[in-house]
Amino acid sequence: MTLDTLRLTAEETAGLIERREVSPRELTGAYMRAIDERDGELHAYLHVAGEIGPGVPIAIKDCITTSGVPTTAGSRILQGYVPVFDSTVFARCRAMGLPLIGKSNMDEFAMGSSTENSAYGPSRNPWDPERVPGGSSGGSAAAVAGGLAPWALGSDTGGSIKQPAALCGLVGLRPTYGTVSRYGVIAFASSLDQVGPITRTVRDNAWLYSIIAGRDPLDSTTVDLPEQVRVPTAESLNGLRVGVPRELNEAEGIEPGVTASVQRAIALAEELGAEVGEVSLPRSVEYGLACYYLIAPAEASSNLARYDGVRYGYRAEAPADLLDLYERTRWEGFGAESRRRILLGTYALSAGYYDAFYGQAQKVRTLIGQEFAAAFERYDLLVSPTSPTVAFRIGEKAENPLAMYLSDVLTIPPNMAGLPGLNIPCGLSEGLPVGLQLIGPQFSENLLFAAGHALERAIGFDPVPERLR
Amino acid sequence: MAITREQVLHVARLARLRIPEGEVEAVQAQLGAILDAVSKVSELDLAGAEPTSHPLDLVNTWDEDISRPSLPREEALANAPDPAENAFRVPSAG
Repeated sequence: MTLDTLRLTAEETAGLIERREVSPRELTGAYMRAIDERDGELHAYLHVAGEIGPGVPIAIKDCITTSGVPTTAGSRILQGYVPVFDSTVFARCRAMGLPLIGKSNMDEFAMGSSTENSAYGPSRNPWDPERVPGGSSGGSAAAVAGGLAPWALGSDTGGSIKQPAALCGLVGLRPTYGTVSRYGVIAFASSLDQVGPITRTVRDNAWLYSIIAGRDPLDSTTVDLPEQVRVPTAESLNGLRVGVPRELNEAEGIEPGVTASVQRAIALAEELGAEVGEVSLPRSVEYGLACYYLIAPAEASSNLARYDGVRYGYRAEAPADLLDLYERTRWEGFGAESRRRILLGTYALSAGYYDAFYGQAQKVRTLIGQEFAAAFERYDLLVSPTSPTVAFRIGEKAENPLAMYLSDVLTIPPNMAGLPGLNIPCGLSEGLPVGLQLIGPQFSENLLFAAGHALERAIGFDPVPERLR
Repeated sequence: MAITREQVLHVARLARLRIPEGEVEAVQAQLGAILDAVSKVSELDLAGAEPTSHPLDLVNTWDEDISRPSLPREEALANAPDPAENAFRVPSAG
């Protein structure tokens, strides 16, 4: 049979396997053909594994450790690195029989919003190959939107799942901090990093989340889920209180087409029975970005200290002595954005500056958590655009770090508070997908899935890129 | 918020990054611009606020003290750029 890899959901694929309408070999074969056909252009994968297995095949972001399969986190400093153990999330996928299609491209160490910081070149957006797929999990999003995988895992620190899902017309969950193990996930900023699913439907997303979530004895920051993950069936939003944070919906730089699409989705939510009202998060949005760009680089500078050219990865040639080995290995092995953030983070943590920068940012973080907590006293969920813009052109922001940082201005505030967020596609602007961000209190994934599912059905977005239909 | 050339070189040394001579000024300018933007956090008076280092209220997580086999030596050395005599070889500390 011919498999439409652009359209088949993971759930439908599982049905085909169960009814023996397709064999594991045929299934992997279909994805390999799609990769042959389109990955030359899209560059979603850094390594194609092409495994055959009993479950629904999956793409895994390249910062997620896979035993025996190259894992580079998009960095030259890990070129050729082949892990000797599995991350917990990948082990859980394996235990469910999900064969690995390949490792997906990303901004180096997940630092970026476009995949242009990958040492191996950018991925391209299946809706328009002249444009970025978003980032840092842009390879995962490009793979799913381009029909090169039915679903994928990404990771999200400041918006790295939600934003590429938005730019590629997909569903992306950044889970509550602590619900998904980071054991074997190459660390960027440890108080923020979370792994989550990128899928074509909300139901697929809930299913994949149920596979990866839950406490892991190998990651002491994980907790037991307060309730089982439910694959949603809701079609109404009766009685749901939905808050529209003014600052997240009226921030400078939000494109009019994005606002229009999000406002239509909010109107639909009302038609589905939600009670919609305004709320304010004045400091979270105004100070969130600055707070993030102190805390995340500070933590990154510490996490990336391990890349020293001694135990694995790239080593500079002919070092004169040990210091020379460290300093040249790291300068040559890291890309421009990683170096920038290591230097910024080291500065923010250094003697004399710690209190004014890192310490102050940690206090701002407390304030952000308090603002969201107050909003959730009145509302069950909050909504906003996920990204202020639709997919931008490759190269458009590559030379201006501060412009690139603004891509995450709407996803960062809830992330700082450890909150879960779900992107669902809500329409098109200039022929490109617009994403709606649903934000809930900690551990409210089931509510996000239920609301996301009801809205998804009402919106009726077609996730297949127009030019590939 | 300016950052001086000396500060840039000091931080680069702390971070074990060797900035090539010709690139110091460019790095200095980029860091200066970003520091300007992030210095915004100092506008807020947060004298009484507690810092957040972790978004969950976890205190200590305890686990059973059970010994498990560790990584075999040859696997631990599998990715080493220069393994020698069952160890990681590095140049002299100088």
